[in-house]
Amino acid sequence: MEQEPYPKVYLYRRIVQAKLFIDQHYAKNIDLDNIADEAYFSKFHFIRLFKKAYGKTPHQYLTYVRIEQAKILLKRPIQVSEVCFAVGFSSISSFTGLFKKVTGITPSAYMIQQEKIRLEIKKAPLTYIPGCFAEMKGWTPLYNKTGPEEKSNFQEVE
Amino acid sequence: MIGKLSHVSIFVLDQDSAYDFYVNTLGFKVHTDAAMGPGARWLTVTPPEQPDLEITLMAISEGMMFKKESAEVMRDLVKKGTFGFGVFECNDIYATYEELKAKGVEFIKPPKEEFYGIEALFKDDSGNWFSLGQKK
Repeated sequence: MEQEPYPKVYLYRRIVQAKLFIDQHYAKNIDLDNIADEAYFSKFHFIRLFKKAYGKTPHQYLTYVRIEQAKILLKRPIQVSEVCFAVGFSSISSFTGLFKKVTGITPSAYMIQQEKIRLEIKKAPLTYIPGCFAEMKGWTPLYNKTGPEEKSNFQEVE
Repeated sequence: MIGKLSHVSIFVLDQDSAYDFYVNTLGFKVHTDAAMGPGARWLTVTPPEQPDLEITLMAISEGMMFKKESAEVMRDLVKKGTFGFGVFECNDIYATYEELKAKGVEFIKPPKEEFYGIEALFKDDSGNWFSLGQKK
């Protein structure tokens, strides 16, 4: 019989499978009771172990994944309702409420904020890049509004 | 007086592949992804619980930073696993180990109890290695 690499390895593997299941299926109507059943745990035991590993209950983790995915989708112009359903929420008001609770702003305000950052990066990327690296990469003359700069000091010595 | 570390660079063989590894496998967040002209990209990611530390995934390519020969040497050294760039901390190392292993991450050393905590070593998609730790 294979020796266990660490104690209770089978418990960890089931908890990890449950977490990966949430990561993959967050957009669907996930029944967390089913996950506990599939992991061969009592619901109580499952929630306790999951929280010990991830610092969140399975339900809290599912909500976290959905909000994080919503943040990714909202980086581009899109209908808030489309995002809401795409990440697995069935009610726009509960999605908006939860999103605001977690991020401090509504999904539409978040989208406007992200679009502004995206355009800023496109227009003036050097604002987001430490000058030394931009210079080392030879980007400073290309993006400076004031035109080509002096030759970089960061070139390799011959 | 220095306050904190804001940017740190990891040299990678391919930025697309590194994006996939750091974001989709490790679960890091994209901070800035800016196209900087043909073949150039400024890509930074942050650990999930450390949004103000930008890890720059720096492509090893010939240019102002590396001359051709240096780029070749550097790529070779990275591939060979010469560089260890840091220590990542996690809340539960066994759960993290099992998850990353399930996602195909190569571990040089599985979690082992040491006097200072539990430690494992894994490699990124380029060959850079990292320590993964859980404090006691």
